[in-house]
Amino acid sequence: MSILFRQPWIWSWLGALAVWLGIVAFTGGHGGLGVLVAALTFAAFYVLVALGQMFVVTLGPGNVDLSIPACMTLAGTVAMKLMAEQDGLILLGLAVSLVIGAAVGALNYALIRALRIPPIIATLSSSFIFQSAAIWYNRGLRIKPPASLAEFSTGMIAGIPALAILVLLVSILLHVVLNRTIYGRQVLAIGQNPRAAGLAGIPVERVRAATYILCGVLAGLCGFLVSAFSGGAALNMGAEYLLSSIAVVVIGGTSVNGGFANVPGLWGAALFLFLLTTMLNTFGLGADLRLILTGLVIIAVIVAASGTRRTG
Amino acid sequence: MNPVLLRRILPAASLALILAAIFWLQPRAMSYFGLNLLLNLAVPIALATVAQMFLLCVNDIDLSIGAFVSLVACIAATWLNDTPLLGIAALAGLVAVYAGMGALIELRQLPSIVVTLGMSFVWLGLAVMVLPTPGGKAPDWIRALMTLKTPFVPFPVIASVILALVVHFGLMRTAYGAVLRGAGGNPRSVARAGWSMLRIKVTMFALAGFFGVLSGIALIGLTTSADANIALRYTLLAIAGVILGGGEFTGGRVSPIGAVIGAMTLTLAGSFLSFLRLNPDWQIGAQGAILIIVLALRVLISRAEVRTSPGAA
Repeated sequence: MSILFRQPWIWSWLGALAVWLGIVAFTGGHGGLGVLVAALTFAAFYVLVALGQMFVVTLGPGNVDLSIPACMTLAGTVAMKLMAEQDGLILLGLAVSLVIGAAVGALNYALIRALRIPPIIATLSSSFIFQSAAIWYNRGLRIKPPASLAEFSTGMIAGIPALAILVLLVSILLHVVLNRTIYGRQVLAIGQNPRAAGLAGIPVERVRAATYILCGVLAGLCGFLVSAFSGGAALNMGAEYLLSSIAVVVIGGTSVNGGFANVPGLWGAALFLFLLTTMLNTFGLGADLRLILTGLVIIAVIVAASGTRRTG
Repeated sequence: MNPVLLRRILPAASLALILAAIFWLQPRAMSYFGLNLLLNLAVPIALATVAQMFLLCVNDIDLSIGAFVSLVACIAATWLNDTPLLGIAALAGLVAVYAGMGALIELRQLPSIVVTLGMSFVWLGLAVMVLPTPGGKAPDWIRALMTLKTPFVPFPVIASVILALVVHFGLMRTAYGAVLRGAGGNPRSVARAGWSMLRIKVTMFALAGFFGVLSGIALIGLTTSADANIALRYTLLAIAGVILGGGEFTGGRVSPIGAVIGAMTLTLAGSFLSFLRLNPDWQIGAQGAILIIVLALRVLISRAEVRTSPGAA
C-alpha cells in the first residue's frame, strides 16, 4: 500500500476518483456511468497530445512545445480536405496528418538548433506560421470527415469508446518506449543532466530531434481524430489543448524540471480535468466560477505535489 | 563593425527598418496623425511587455498576462468608471495577488509556467464575472489621457520613451536594480550575499502586476469598451517583444529599452503587412516569420562576436 502511495501518478487518479464520486453523489447515482464514457473519449484527446508534451518536457527545463494547437489545426484541415468525404482515402488522410506532424516537429527542432533560440519561442513563432497555413488552406470551409471515419471516432467497442481504446494502446506503447527502450532512457537521462548524458555518449541532439518529431506526430494524429470526432476541422479546434497539454503533464506527476515522467498519471490527470469541469457543470455553476475553480485546483495540485518528495 | 555594438542596435535597427518600409509604402503615414494611429496600440502592448520582462529577468515566465490585462480592462470599464474607489481597491488587490504569486512560487519552489497557467483561468473567470457581455465604458480621464494631443510629437511616442527611460533607470541604473537582475543570473550567490530571494521575487511579481494594470488601463482608454477576451493575445506578444528587444530567457539578461522597442516593432509589423496588402490569411504567419528572421540575425551576430574574441566564448 505504501509503495502505491509513493507513485507519482497516484494523486491524479485519486483526484479523478474523488471528483467522479462527487458527481455520482450529487446526481444520486444517475448517469455515473454515462459521465465516465464521455470522460474516456475527451480524456483520450488530452492524453494523446499530453504524451508528446510529456516527452518534450522531460528533456529538461525550458523544453515545451507551444505549436501543438497549430499543428493539430493544420493536420486536421489538410486531412479533411484531401479525403473529401471519401471512405477510400481515409488511410491517405491519416498518413498525411502524421507526415504534417512530423514535418512540424522537424521544423521546430531545426529552429531550436539552428537559431539556438529557446524552444518556447521557437515553437511559438513557428506556430504562427502553421496557423496561417491552415487558415490559408482551409478558406473558411468546413469539410465533413468520411462517413466510416466519423462512425469509428464516435463508435463503441464493448461499451468503451473506440477512440479511448486506440489511445490506450498508444499510451501502453509509449509507456514501454519510455521505460524499456534505449530511446526512452536517453530522454530521461538528458532531462536529469544533459551534460552528463552527453559525456556518457548519448547523442543528445539526435534524441531531442526525435522527441520534437514524436510530439508533432502525436499532435497531428490528435488533430486528425478530433476533426473526425467533431464533424470536421475548425480553425480554433486546437486552442484548448495548449494549456491542457501542459496541465495534464504536470498534474500527472511528470516533473516540470525534466528527467522524471510517467504515462499512467496522464490518464488520471486527463480524467480529473474533464470530470472536474463536468462536476462544476452539474453543480450548476456559471462559466466564470468554473474557470476560477479550475485554475485554483490546478494551482492547489501543484502546491500539494511540491510537498511530496519525489524519488527517482 | 563591432559585433557587440551591432547586437545592441539590432532591435532599434529592426524598428527603423520597418518604419522606413511603412513610410515608403504609405508616405501619408509620415505625419503626426499617421504616427499616432500607427503607434496607438503599441502603448498597452509595451506596458504588458515590460511586465513580462520583469518576470523573465528572474527566470520566471507569465503565461497569464494576457488574461490579466483583459481582467484589468474589464474592471476599468465597469467599477473604475461607476465607483472609482472600489475600482482602485480592486486593481490594488490584483497587484497584491501578483506579489502573493511571487511569494508562493519562491517559498514552494514552484514552476511559474504552471502557476501562471492556472492563474490565467482565474483571471479569465473573474473577467467574465465582472463583465459577462462585451461593453462597459472607459472613465473619461483615461480616455482623455490616451487621446491627448501633445504638441509636435504624438502622445504614443512620448509615452513609450518615458516608459523605456523610467524602467531603464530603475532596473539598470540603481543598486537594487542590479540585485534584482543578479537574482536572475545567479540566485544562489545573491542569496548568499545576504539578499532575501523572497523579497526579490515579491518585488518583481508586484512590478509585473503593476505594469499589467497600467497596460489594461491604457488599452481601455483606446478601445473605450472591454470584453473578457480583449487582450488574450498579449501573452504571446509580450514574450515575443522581450525576446525581440534583446532579452534572454535565463540569466537576468533583459533590456527595458529593447523590450519597449520590441513591442513597437511587433505592433508596426502588423500595420506593415496590411499596407503590403498581404493576404490577411498570412498576417499572423508573417509576424512569426519576422520574429524568426530577427532571431536568426542575432545568432549570426553572436557568431561573429565569438570569432572576434576567442577568449570570451
